[in-house]
Amino acid sequence: MRFVHGFVGFVAMVAVSGAAQARDQISIVGSSTVYPFSTIVAEKFGQSSGFKTPVIESTGSGGGLKLFCAGVGLSHPDITNASRAIKASEEELCASNGVEFVEFIVGNDGVAFANSLEGESFSISIAHIAAALAAELPGGGIANGADIQANGMKTWAQVDAFVAGQMGVNALGLPALPISVMVPPPTSGTRDAMGSLFMKEGWKKLGLYDGETKNLYKSLREDGVAIEVGENDSLIIEKLAADKNLFGVFGYSFFDTNRDKVKASILDGVELNFETIASYEYPGARPLFFYVKKQHVDVVPGLMEFIEAFISEEAMGMDGYLFPAGLVPLSEDDFQEQVEAAFSL
Amino acid sequence: MSNVVQKLGAKKRAAIIEASLKKRHAKERRLRAYGVAAIIFAIGFLVTLLSTVIGNGYTALQQTQVKIDLEIPIAKLLNDEGQFDEKRLRRYGWGSSIKKSFRTNFPDVTDRMAQRALGELVSANAGFELRQLVEAAGPEATLPTSFWVKTSDDVDMLMKGRMDRNLPEQQRRLSDQQIAWVDALVADGKIRKVFNTTFFTAADSREPESAGILGAVVGSALALMVTVILSLPLAVMAAIYLEYFAKPGKVTDFIEVNINNLAAVPSIVFGLLGLSVFLGFFGLPRSAPLVGGMVLALMTLPTIIIATRASIRAVPTSIRDAALGIGASRMQAALDHVLPLAAPGILTGTIIGLAQALGETAPLIMIGMVAFIVDVPTSVTSPATALPVQIFIWADSAERAFYERSSLAIVVLLLFLIAMNLTAVMLRRKFEKKW
Repeated sequence: MRFVHGFVGFVAMVAVSGAAQARDQISIVGSSTVYPFSTIVAEKFGQSSGFKTPVIESTGSGGGLKLFCAGVGLSHPDITNASRAIKASEEELCASNGVEFVEFIVGNDGVAFANSLEGESFSISIAHIAAALAAELPGGGIANGADIQANGMKTWAQVDAFVAGQMGVNALGLPALPISVMVPPPTSGTRDAMGSLFMKEGWKKLGLYDGETKNLYKSLREDGVAIEVGENDSLIIEKLAADKNLFGVFGYSFFDTNRDKVKASILDGVELNFETIASYEYPGARPLFFYVKKQHVDVVPGLMEFIEAFISEEAMGMDGYLFPAGLVPLSEDDFQEQVEAAFSL
Repeated sequence: MSNVVQKLGAKKRAAIIEASLKKRHAKERRLRAYGVAAIIFAIGFLVTLLSTVIGNGYTALQQTQVKIDLEIPIAKLLNDEGQFDEKRLRRYGWGSSIKKSFRTNFPDVTDRMAQRALGELVSANAGFELRQLVEAAGPEATLPTSFWVKTSDDVDMLMKGRMDRNLPEQQRRLSDQQIAWVDALVADGKIRKVFNTTFFTAADSREPESAGILGAVVGSALALMVTVILSLPLAVMAAIYLEYFAKPGKVTDFIEVNINNLAAVPSIVFGLLGLSVFLGFFGLPRSAPLVGGMVLALMTLPTIIIATRASIRAVPTSIRDAALGIGASRMQAALDHVLPLAAPGILTGTIIGLAQALGETAPLIMIGMVAFIVDVPTSVTSPATALPVQIFIWADSAERAFYERSSLAIVVLLLFLIAMNLTAVMLRRKFEKKW
C-alpha cells in the first residue's frame, strides 16, 4: 500500500512543479545551418555573461518558425534561427498567435553544390542544376518538342545537351555520368534557398520561367535522382566521400570544415569561397537570419544581452570568432543596420 | 509406404532405410550448419560493430595539451575583502593572456594573420578553463607559473594521427606553417597527451576538446528515474488487477489486446503524444527530463505489464489459495504473498524495459531533448539531453574531433546497457524459484 501513497504523492509533485515552472535560460530553435554559429555564441555567452547558457534545438528553419510562431509565453521558444527569410504564411501564423518579432541577419552563407574530391570537377551553370533536378521539362529534356513531360535525363551529358539547346550556347562537354544529387528536406531553409537560388534562377536562364512552364521548377524529381536526406549534414559528407558520382547541397560552413573530403562545383564561373559569398557574386549566396520574440525580451533573463553578444563585431565581424566557423561577415552597412534593429527592441 | 517396404526382401529393406536415414541425418546436419552460419554471421556483425566503434573511439580517451608559461596577477582579481570578484574575474583577459604567452614560443611571428593562425592552435576554451582552475584553487593558493592547457581540436587530431599531413594543404584543416609550429612545440617537449577527464566530467560544448558526456548521463539518469517511479507502480497495479480482479469478458480482452499493441507502437508516436499532451496541455517545460521520463514511461509500461503478468502467473496458485484459505483478503494475498515471489521476474522485466528506454532518441526529439545544452542538469525540470541524443548530436557535427567522441560515447552507452542486462540476468539467476 505504501507505494500507492508514494505514487499519488509523486503525481501531485509533478503537477505542482509543472505549474510553478519558470524558465531562466533562453530557448532557441531553428535552422541546422545557423545552429553551429548559434551554439558558439551561446557557449561564449554562458561563459562570460553570468547568465545560463541558452538551450538550442536544431529543428530546421520551417520547424523552428512553426514552434516560434505557436504563441507567446515561456513554454514557447524565444528565438528561431532561419537560413531563409520568414514566409508570408508564417508571418500570418505569428500574427494570429499574437507573436511580434524582430528580424536579424547574422551573416552570409553560400549553398554549396559539392561532390567527392575523387569525383569529376564540375564548372557548370545553375541552369544545369535546375534542368537536372526539375520534375518536369519540355520534352522531358531528351525528346524534341515543347510538350511537358517527366524529366527523363539520366546523365550529365544529356543535361549538357539540353541546356546548350535551350540556351543556344555550346555544350560544356560534361561526362556521361549518372545524375545523383542529395537535397535537403522540405523543412530545411537550405532547400528553400536552393529552390529560389538554383532552381528558379536556373529556370530563368533556361528561358522557361514563362507561360505554362513558369512554375515547373518548384517540384523536384521523385525518380530517385534527387535524393532527399534528413537534416544531417555529416551524413551527406560521408555519403559523398563514399560515392564519387554523388552530389550534395549544403551550407558553406559544412563545406569549409570538410575540404579534405569534398569539393564545391564552380557555378556560373564563380568559385565558392568567402569573398564570392560576401560580394554575392556566387549564385548560391544567401543571408542567414534569426528572429526574436519581442514580448520575451524583458521576460527571459539575458535575452537582450544574448542578442547584443550575437550582433557584435566580436562575433560577426571580420575578426570575429564566427568567421573561422564558416560564417561570412556582413558588409559594414548591413552590420550597422542589424545593430539599429537591436536598439529597436 | 511401409507396406511397400515390408514386402521387399530384408536386404533391400535395410538399404532403403539406410538411404532415408542418411538423408535425414544430412538434413539435420544442414540445419545445424545453417544455425551455426547464422550465429557466426551475427557474431561477425557484432565484432565489426564493436571493433569499428572502439577503434574510432579509443583515441578520445586522450587529450593533447600544450605548456604555457603564465603568471596570473591574483591581486588584480580580488575585491577589498580578499575574495574573488566576479566582475574582475570575468573581465580579466584569460584567453588573450594565454595566447600572448603562447606566442612567445615563436617570437619571429609578427604578421597579424600569422599570429592569428598561431592562436588557432590553442583551444578557444582554454581561457575559460584556466579561469575555472584559478577560481577553484581559491584566492590564497599559490599558483604555478606554467600551465598545461588544451590545444585546439585540429592539433589534437594531428597529434592522434587523425589528420593526414600528406594531403595537399588546401585539403587540411591545418596549414603547413601551423603543422611546422606544432612539430617545433613537440620537439621542445611542450606538447603532451593526457587522459581526457573532461570527457567524463563536462557536458556538451561546441569545442570538441571541452565536450563531455556527464550532462547527457545525468539527463538519462534523471529521465530513467522518472520512468521507474511512474511506470513500475502503474504497471504492477495494472498487472495485478488484470490477473486477479478483472472479470474475464470483452472489456478485459480489449484492454489486453491494446496492451500488447502498445508494446509494438513506434516510439516516435509516444513523443508526439508527449508534445501534445504533456507540453501542450499540461504546459510542462520543454527539454526537461521530467517529460522525457514520462514519455519513456508510457513506452516501457506495456513491457513491464507483460513481464509482471507472466511472473505473477508463474507463482503457483496454491500459494494464493493457501493465503485466501486462512482468511487473507484478495488484496493481501496478492500484495503480501504473490507479489514478493514474483518480484525477481518483475524486476527483470523492468530492467529490460529501462534498457530499451535508455537507448531511445526518437520520442525525445519531439519534446525538445535533442538540443545543445551546456549545463549539467540539476533537477528533473532543468533542460537536459540523453546519452543516445548526445551521440546523435556529435555525429552530426562538422568537427572531425566529435567523430571519435561520439564513438567513445557509444562505447559508454553499450557498457551501461550491458551492465543493466547483466543485472537482470543475475537477479533472475539468484532469486528465481523452481516450484
